[in-house]
Amino acid sequence: MTDIAPSQNERARFELARFERPSAISFLGYALGLVIIFWCLAGAGFSLEKVASSPPRFADFAARAFPPNLEPQVLSRLGWKMVETLQIAFAGAVIGVILSVPVALLAAKGLIAGPWVNQIVRTGLSFIRAVPDIAWALVFVVAVGLGPFAGMLAIVIDTIGFCGRFFADDMEATDKGPAESLTATGARKLDVVACATIPGSLPAFISTSLFALEKAVRSSTILGLVGAGGIGIELKVGFDLFDYPTAMTVILMIAVVVIEIELVSGWARTKIIGEQR
Amino acid sequence: MRDTLSSTISSVTDLLLRSQAAPDVLTEQTGATFAPVSPIEIEARAVSKTFGATPIFSDVSFRLARGEATALVGANGTGKSTLLRCLMGLIPTSGGSVHLLGQQTNEATGREMRDIRAQVGLVSQKHNLVPRLSVLSNVVHGLLGKHPGPRHWSHSLAPQSSRETAMHALERVGLADFAHRRADRLSGGQSQRVAIARAIVGAPKVLFADEPCASLDPSAGEDVMELFFRLVRDENVTVVFTSHNIEHALKYGDRVLGLAQGRIQLDATAASLSFADLRGLYD
Repeated sequence: MTDIAPSQNERARFELARFERPSAISFLGYALGLVIIFWCLAGAGFSLEKVASSPPRFADFAARAFPPNLEPQVLSRLGWKMVETLQIAFAGAVIGVILSVPVALLAAKGLIAGPWVNQIVRTGLSFIRAVPDIAWALVFVVAVGLGPFAGMLAIVIDTIGFCGRFFADDMEATDKGPAESLTATGARKLDVVACATIPGSLPAFISTSLFALEKAVRSSTILGLVGAGGIGIELKVGFDLFDYPTAMTVILMIAVVVIEIELVSGWARTKIIGEQR
Repeated sequence: MRDTLSSTISSVTDLLLRSQAAPDVLTEQTGATFAPVSPIEIEARAVSKTFGATPIFSDVSFRLARGEATALVGANGTGKSTLLRCLMGLIPTSGGSVHLLGQQTNEATGREMRDIRAQVGLVSQKHNLVPRLSVLSNVVHGLLGKHPGPRHWSHSLAPQSSRETAMHALERVGLADFAHRRADRLSGGQSQRVAIARAIVGAPKVLFADEPCASLDPSAGEDVMELFFRLVRDENVTVVFTSHNIEHALKYGDRVLGLAQGRIQLDATAASLSFADLRGLYD
């Protein structure tokens, strides 16, 4: 058998530095990065002293919050509020997903609209995403009054910002072959989109929609803080009245529901995308 | 004498008028005379294509007559598929002009282009079916050029006549029993046969096939080529197909166009060519 061990000369040639010395520009970049991190920590009021003193306070809160309030009438009230929260989330997410499809068609490059329309719609979607859902809820509380309808509208807008962008990206990334084959036989752009682009993007649409639903459930639990319906108002009242056991019950209910929704959504995603293969 | 001269002038005038009135008629030299053979379906005039600063091909000219099957051969990167797309008007040419079914594609409006394409079919290397839809829906989509609108978006919505036409096309490719199966549940050969059904369902005058059996094993590829050409020969359809398979080019093409170094280097009848003649294009 041939000896494959390297010779002395080869060994010297193969000896490469394990780490590369950074260039002057890279070094300055690293240094600048560190400065920015410390600057941000200072701006955020980071204090080791406060971190060190927080465990006793947290323990005090936990002692006052546990056991959570499990009185039947409290559980019943919170349960119905949670149902309302899920209604806001589902209704908002479904309407948002449906409205996202035409918006995404206008935002996607090379489908039915020209580059100017694409850019304008994408900028609009960026604006929607840039405004937090709680801010949208405040706007709709002013527009339509207090209550779950304002929350639902906030979820609709938030979902359009999220799904509109990702649906557009999904359609741009979908296999162009079927669309080309239909275009070659004289099909109109709208027919090509309906018959090739959207069916081709459907698994990605479903996956994105399920993420949107998870996001909507998480958002809807806090919209009540600004009077837009849902269980969030119970959390606010609990803390305002120092009724920590009830607040803890709300926190645990939110956690359980959000985790359940994530599990169901993950299962559905695997099932649907898996069938694709 | 005067009558003879008059008759001769009349014949020549008639011949000249006929040749002017029917410029889209391909003539073929048969001994000393030119005899009209068939109307021209596709004509490329000094077509060139560049991507950015990279030239793909230039000065490509040819005329293809109705019912003619033309093999477009050449090594990888010579621009066969690009030329095919230029002929269909799917991508613009950088120079020259393409006349498809009597109309200059780079001057046609969107509506005119769709009308031209409604008489055209395309079979691609990857079959390009929509995976989640049924076989029948995929074939019904082949009628969208002639019947635009939501009724042809799915076989469930399609009028009975369109469903029957699509089923007939599936019957012709031997897959009528697979009509309700999802397209992504088919084998490669079956998928390509469905793609052929989709291409022929609208009774096209011109069919383009871009390496139709490149993704299939040799046996399935041979079956697909046999089926494809049996169907199009029956209907006198004009076919342009690209292929790396020299035997296919010689067997199924009436004519062979060879692309090399960015130009048409070979334009001859398949019967006059040998395997070695085409092999040279790949060296």
